[in-house]
Amino acid sequence: MAEQCARLWIAGAPHQIILVGRNFARAEVVAADLRVRSPVTNVECIEVDFCSPEKIQHLADRIFSGGAVDLVLIAHGVLPDQQQCQIDLNACGEALDINGISPVLFAEAFAGHMEKNNSGTIAVISSVAGDRGRRSNYVYGAAKGMVTRYVQGLQHRLSGTGVRAVLIKPGPTDTPMTLHLKQQGARLAPVQRVAADIVKGIAAGRLVIYVPAKWALIMNVVRHMPKVLFDRLNI
Amino acid sequence: MVAVTSWGRLSSADHLVASLRSRFDAGEVIKATKPGIAYGMGRSYGDACLNPGGVLWETRGLDRFIRIDIERGRLVCEAGVLLRDIQEMTIARGWILPVTPGTQLVTVGGAIANDIHGKNHHSRGSFGDHILGLTLLRTDGEVIECGPHLRREWFCATVGGVGLTGLILTAEIQLQRVSGPWLNAETIPYQSLDEFFELADGSSSEWEHTVSWFDCVSGAGRGLFIRGNYVDVSSGPEPSGRSISVPVLPPVSVVNALTLRAFNSGYFNIGRLRAGCSVVHYESFFYPLDSILKWNRIYGPKGFFQYQCVVPRLAAKEAIADILKAIAKSGLGSFLAVLKTFGNRESQGMLSFPCHGVTLALDFPNKGKNTELLFNRLDAIVGEAGGRLYLAKDARMTRSFFEATYPRFQEFLTYRDPGVSSAMSRRLMGY
Repeated sequence: MAEQCARLWIAGAPHQIILVGRNFARAEVVAADLRVRSPVTNVECIEVDFCSPEKIQHLADRIFSGGAVDLVLIAHGVLPDQQQCQIDLNACGEALDINGISPVLFAEAFAGHMEKNNSGTIAVISSVAGDRGRRSNYVYGAAKGMVTRYVQGLQHRLSGTGVRAVLIKPGPTDTPMTLHLKQQGARLAPVQRVAADIVKGIAAGRLVIYVPAKWALIMNVVRHMPKVLFDRLNI
Repeated sequence: MVAVTSWGRLSSADHLVASLRSRFDAGEVIKATKPGIAYGMGRSYGDACLNPGGVLWETRGLDRFIRIDIERGRLVCEAGVLLRDIQEMTIARGWILPVTPGTQLVTVGGAIANDIHGKNHHSRGSFGDHILGLTLLRTDGEVIECGPHLRREWFCATVGGVGLTGLILTAEIQLQRVSGPWLNAETIPYQSLDEFFELADGSSSEWEHTVSWFDCVSGAGRGLFIRGNYVDVSSGPEPSGRSISVPVLPPVSVVNALTLRAFNSGYFNIGRLRAGCSVVHYESFFYPLDSILKWNRIYGPKGFFQYQCVVPRLAAKEAIADILKAIAKSGLGSFLAVLKTFGNRESQGMLSFPCHGVTLALDFPNKGKNTELLFNRLDAIVGEAGGRLYLAKDARMTRSFFEATYPRFQEFLTYRDPGVSSAMSRRLMGY
């Protein structure tokens, strides 16, 4: 998702982009692509441990020491196997770490710097799965619910400052994360369209972005559905 | 399992789709899930990209550019990149793809595997003629780098090899220098096949692009001849950027004897009135149908065939006349009728389609037995004339017809990857 957003950003104007990934070689593949698309764009890759608070803090300090950052997009995630999480607490813990704690740590590290500068935007990709726990994937949903609640709090903290926090909630999207859903025949939104909506939403200054937009309506229904009804749904 | 169709929508069988997302993992994925066949945009019309009940390796996720040498116009990219994405990226920098088909919504891998051609075959050959090298992944884990001067036999098997030699992972493409996105295009009506041949022969040295639309109902061989050259102008019309989509699948084909006659006659007469020269954007010149999304739905739930044949030059006049007569007599056919001459450049691929001659392409709504009977008649004419059918379009030729018309098929078989199989390969080669 972040890769598709970056393609759209650099198509409009030259940018300076830093890709932070769990694997340098994989990030470099994305960087090479962006450089071909926009020779005037400068792309740098950094590898970091996504679950280490010290390293994340160090990364944010290092990036900001090179100058202020206009926009941070936090987009990582892993869709865990819910069944596996229920029988293996290690899997459960990892899923909560990478989908919940890790994005919060990144956002918190960058928020401090941005608040000091009184400018910048932090966009965090949460998920519609965080809006209400469902039996089919509530561990992932819990992690994303944490991200959602965190960004709400961050927005509260940053109100009245020049810094903006944006909460993005995609529905099921065709990305590497959802490969197995696709094999089961799930209908997934094309990632290019989702990215276009994200880029547009951020540019328009929106604070909560459901992508595709229909999910705002769907989740409104899901959130407010009475428990007796909800319990009968196999979702 | 997911229902997958090809462009002709003749079938909608369940497939196991394995998406390839990274060129580093692709080898492992195909090894673990073989046998399968690569599936890009599903723009081949028949069964070349299908494997009912089996595995498809979806390549659209392999859509990264790797590097570009902007001085020499050489681009290296992954095989799932769309031709459209290349041209959008390079046109402002003075380069364009030298060969593209009638749609730019196809992948680089698909363009190589079908050795696609365009309106400029007489001047620039086919897509494979502009590939400087490619990486082929075999399902046993072997990686084969090949090109016109490097392990050439693998290159010639893979170009036009309908995906059967392995998975095309990356390619290096030689781009064509252009001064801008505009062409000077001219439309000339013609009333007979003789006139078409005169126009085609008279245009081949001065005009880089030539193609013609013909009226398949009239039987006389009337049509509109279109030719174009890139032109150095500082400004010109931009493509509208708008696209419409055929929103629903009509219960029956909207193409029938009535609409067909009215459309062909109207299209010819409007074209005749509008004949002349104009400056047009390359997108409107090359890909008029790309602005109508899902146009393949107009043929209804039974889908459609595209019959595309080539007949060698010496036999062409007579054979094309016979084909046109047979089509007109059948009352079948469609609006999308194309007649074009190929140049005398020999294709590199062992199973490449183009040869020095004339190609005819025409859509036919699937009307079951009647359509098949007509195709058998057309096959007889094509076979007699020493021609062949285009694998990218074919869904129904027989194995014996394939073997008789693709003389290098035996040689090709030795380069097949035993872990790659498609509905087409089983139909035409037994496995």
